[in-house]
Amino acid sequence: MTLPPPAPPVAPDAVTASTPPRIELRGISKRFAATQALEDVSLDLLPGEVHGLVGENGAGKSTLVKILAGVHQADSGTIRLDGEATQIHGPAHSRSLGIAVVHQEPRLFPDLTVAENVFIGHAPSGRLGSIDWGGTRRRAESLFRELDVQVDVGAPVRGLSMADQQLIEIAKSLSLEARVLILDEPTASLSAHEVERLFTIVRRLRGRGVSVLFVSHRLDEVFALCDRATVFRDGRHVVTMATRDLTTADLVRHMVGRTVSLFPKVETPIGDVLLAVSGLTKVGEFRDVGFSVRAGEIVGFAGLVGAGRTEVARVLFGIDQRDRGQVLLAGVPVSFASPSAAMHAGIAYLPEDRHQEGLVQDFTIAQNVTLPILPRLFPRLLTRISTERKVAHEFTEQLSVRMTGVDQLVGSLSGGNQQKVVLAKWLASRPRILILDEPTRGIDIGAKVEVHRIISELAASGLGIILISSDLPEVLAMSDRILVFHEGKITAEIPRGQATQERVMFAATGSATVDEPAAAPAAGGVQSEQRLDG
Amino acid sequence: MSMTAAPARDQRRWMSLLARWETLLVLALIGLIVLGTTLSPFFLTAGNFSNLIAALMEVAIMAMPMTLIIVLGEIDLSVESMAGLSSAILGFLWAAGVPLWVGIAVVLVVGAFGGLLNGLIVARGGLPSLVVTLGTLALFRGMALIVLGPRGVSDFPDWFTAFGFGHVPGTLIPWPFMVFLALALVLGIVLHRTWIGRQVFAIGKNPSTARFSGVRVTRIRVSLFVLSGMVASLAGIILTSRLSSARADAGSGMTLTVATVVLLGGVNIFGGSGTIPGVALAVLCVAVMQNALRLASVTVEVQSIALGLLLILSVVIPTFAHQAKSALDRARRGRPPPADSIARGEAAP
Amino acid sequence: MAETGAITTQAAVRTRGSVLTAFARQRELSLAAIMVVLGALVSIVAPQFLTISNLTAVAALASIYAVASVGEALVIITRNIDLSVEATIGVVAYCVASILERHVLDAPAAIVLGIGIGLLLGMANGVIVALLRVPSIVATLGTLSIFRGLDYVIAGSHQVPLAGLPPGFTDPARTNLLGLLPEFVVVALVVVVLGTVILRSTRFGRQVYAVGSNPEAAAILGIPARLVEFSAFSVCGLLAGVAGVMWVMFFGTINGTAGTGIVLSIVAAVVVGGVSTLGGSGTIAGAALGALFLGLTANALPLVGLSQFWLQAIYGIVILVAVSVDAVILRRLQRATAERRAR
Repeated sequence: MTLPPPAPPVAPDAVTASTPPRIELRGISKRFAATQALEDVSLDLLPGEVHGLVGENGAGKSTLVKILAGVHQADSGTIRLDGEATQIHGPAHSRSLGIAVVHQEPRLFPDLTVAENVFIGHAPSGRLGSIDWGGTRRRAESLFRELDVQVDVGAPVRGLSMADQQLIEIAKSLSLEARVLILDEPTASLSAHEVERLFTIVRRLRGRGVSVLFVSHRLDEVFALCDRATVFRDGRHVVTMATRDLTTADLVRHMVGRTVSLFPKVETPIGDVLLAVSGLTKVGEFRDVGFSVRAGEIVGFAGLVGAGRTEVARVLFGIDQRDRGQVLLAGVPVSFASPSAAMHAGIAYLPEDRHQEGLVQDFTIAQNVTLPILPRLFPRLLTRISTERKVAHEFTEQLSVRMTGVDQLVGSLSGGNQQKVVLAKWLASRPRILILDEPTRGIDIGAKVEVHRIISELAASGLGIILISSDLPEVLAMSDRILVFHEGKITAEIPRGQATQERVMFAATGSATVDEPAAAPAAGGVQSEQRLDG
Repeated sequence: MSMTAAPARDQRRWMSLLARWETLLVLALIGLIVLGTTLSPFFLTAGNFSNLIAALMEVAIMAMPMTLIIVLGEIDLSVESMAGLSSAILGFLWAAGVPLWVGIAVVLVVGAFGGLLNGLIVARGGLPSLVVTLGTLALFRGMALIVLGPRGVSDFPDWFTAFGFGHVPGTLIPWPFMVFLALALVLGIVLHRTWIGRQVFAIGKNPSTARFSGVRVTRIRVSLFVLSGMVASLAGIILTSRLSSARADAGSGMTLTVATVVLLGGVNIFGGSGTIPGVALAVLCVAVMQNALRLASVTVEVQSIALGLLLILSVVIPTFAHQAKSALDRARRGRPPPADSIARGEAAP
Repeated sequence: MAETGAITTQAAVRTRGSVLTAFARQRELSLAAIMVVLGALVSIVAPQFLTISNLTAVAALASIYAVASVGEALVIITRNIDLSVEATIGVVAYCVASILERHVLDAPAAIVLGIGIGLLLGMANGVIVALLRVPSIVATLGTLSIFRGLDYVIAGSHQVPLAGLPPGFTDPARTNLLGLLPEFVVVALVVVVLGTVILRSTRFGRQVYAVGSNPEAAAILGIPARLVEFSAFSVCGLLAGVAGVMWVMFFGTINGTAGTGIVLSIVAAVVVGGVSTLGGSGTIAGAALGALFLGLTANALPLVGLSQFWLQAIYGIVILVAVSVDAVILRRLQRATAERRAR
């Protein structure tokens, strides 16, 4: 097995038209039913460059990755690989073309060893076509040596961290002599140390002439690692520039430079403290989280995926248990062993994953809405369809769910309407604290505005609301206060009047905390900005 | 219709009624009865029906909680051993001079504890119920053998044995059938008419959503296994009474029949759907089929082959019917987008 | 942006990790160790336990179970289960015995035919599971009933007596090869070695693990999961056929109930041997050792004054303990990973 021949690293400014791009995308479009995921997107990936691809949720990054990985086929547009027009038919074809994708959560075989995972499907064979384990081991070892990584290739993958599993995927791509390495949000669940290790390896690969597409929404990482960066917004290509000609502020402006019609939060008198959290810690997830939520207040949780926001919510709702810390609900210390206990205390949690955690897809709307409140609705055990429908009617009407009736199966509703049903379900439980985890993810603009109106009205009615969202304009428009999470800690608390996208983004990407020298050059302008937070 | 887990309003109601599994079962039942009648003039007599139903009552009784457990997305393979253990303990206690009603009470408590063991390991330990109850299948049978050994105890009082193969006065309805009927009625109401049943369906369809909606998933899992254990004990008592003999190997092989009846009743092996009336109909179908086969001088051995085939077919047919239906729908509507592609297209980064 | 030196992953640290992990990875060794300790303890109470003649007798019977367990292990590694093996063993045992009794075929041909019948029944399971997509638990519960029914139908109330078999046919169960190892043990060893080589070193073998370990990832890699499952069931049937032939040689007297109830022992052996019921992990050797462990237990029971009736209960407990231990190890591993990340 040979690695790609070491090529001289290509400096970003040495890139000229004479160098044929490794991958040349022209006019790529892709549509999913009502959503135009990608529209007329073009992108060049040069040999030996690390190319950052940034954009907000829904910008089209993942769709592009899936097209290159062969999972989706583009509706229109051309793909050229080393100058040759190509169509990518499927995952296996993509691999054989020398494109390797490392996902945020690697798809490995937990019971098999590291070495075997690297070589599965193309293991070296010995006599009689049997697998040459010694050879497999040696090659895996030499691969990891080339990456300058020490790893026991004979250990099973189960029990390894995400970061280590990603390294195995990278070693696998090397063993396949991949020319293109796509890292799809690889750092989302990695610690700072693990991120730095990954970067070291990616730089080594760049030195060998591998083209790397680095998909991320952590801007400091893009500056630390990438030669060029491309910004997508709402499925369109916005800009491609050398990172040294860009500032964080530029990038943020390009990413969020959209005007979203948001329903502005109605100013509401803020009441007493409903929920007070202090020193909340769950080992490995978050530490020393403290905040309070008042009646009528919307507290936004901003931050990157994996920063610990959902994990805090899960503890508050009794799904997971905390290791340390205190939670006061209306002044009384509480600890919930189960979601039902949290529910009885008046906490409701609209989960991140609507399909898997929010709804029973083949229950009717009425059945879904009443699921949490069944024991209260029917104290004498027997259910009454008429009561159920009445309750479901009341709350779905209030949220103007578009449906043929409350007997319609939830699975046949659109995403936005499904989300409203989840909201209706939790409103029916008459909570005091409502935790909303990514309430508008994956729903269309119209429904989004409606959900925002509902959230605003709920706050006005005196609920305390925690709004977890990765959608910056949403957090900014809706929240009275914004808490920014970074790697399991709250790094900034920004009141409504002072919140800007830049400030939140800087705190969320940890640009201000200069714990990595690598991040320093790009973060130059960031630090002065951060001082304002004091 | 109203018994369904998710009664979607359908304009062509009669169509969906026709397509229902229960309807097919009723048709099958009628077919089998007609077949039986042509085989023997005695087939349609009350006495014959009484006999054919009595022999299947332990299975029918155990199938009731099993329905709930499979709807929940679990399985309890240990029921036949629990029936055996109950028979053994009952016999042991009776032979030791303990009053029978005390023995019966003890046996029911043992059943509850056995179910509790299954439930705790499955629900708290997070282990697959298939393997856990395979383990207790061996464990309970082993305990039965330890308690009673190879002997049989048979000198039970008349009132006890009369319950097993006696009839409700003035009718030819066997007492165990009344037990089955009562159990079917109660559990049918629990599953289809109470919020507990709704929660059982919710867990079977989507355990995460159920848990996130405040459903006490662990408690329901454990409770149903306890119920299953207790009812298996009850079946063991009835079996002992009907055979007028307590034996450690009582109920051997019954789990297969129980599972067959439940799956034939239209309960989805992966959980989330199924009805008590469907399973009750399946009980009747199997009883009539076994009787018809017997009248046609088909041996018990061949009946076991028929039962095995029935079990496999009861899974294969709905699967293929479903595939055929969705293929038909797709052909009718052109190429529709998958229901969730809109949301999933870009939802997850 | 200076590159740092060598990078250490957790995997490097991990191997120095807990005793528990070592136990998880060396199930075969720990099982062997447990057997030695238990064996020593039993022989203190009952000296006759550790005699050559006793151990030979145990080993011969355990070999039959070991052969069947190897097939079952293969199926369980693919995340399935085969409950019908005992009926397959029964059908094969009676067919072989009956054919020999009626002098239809000579011994070698009857043996081949018996194994062929096993293969056919295994293939039937494979078709039902892999092609018709019936969950293996339902499918094999059904075929358990069907095959057993066939066995009864074929056998009726007839019993083939020892005298009905050709002279010397049952010798392999009692003789030693070259005066060293019982011939049955040799058969089991051959099966284990062959199975181990196939699972360890062939593309098919690795696919078996891949399908059981992560079906989605296997699909992405283009591994033909259905073919792998079908093959696993077929081989399981074939080995049940071998075990059926051995059954005839061991017991000599065969009727339609041969092998009734032994599927629990076979599954117990596999689970005790460290094959995960969640699929994807475990070894053939482990399953065979599990069979030996259960065989020794069965043999030791009367020697320590417990009746044979305890056996089934012990098997049940052994299954429960084995799966619980596996679950605990898995959970510890996951927690350790989370805690390491926190540091």
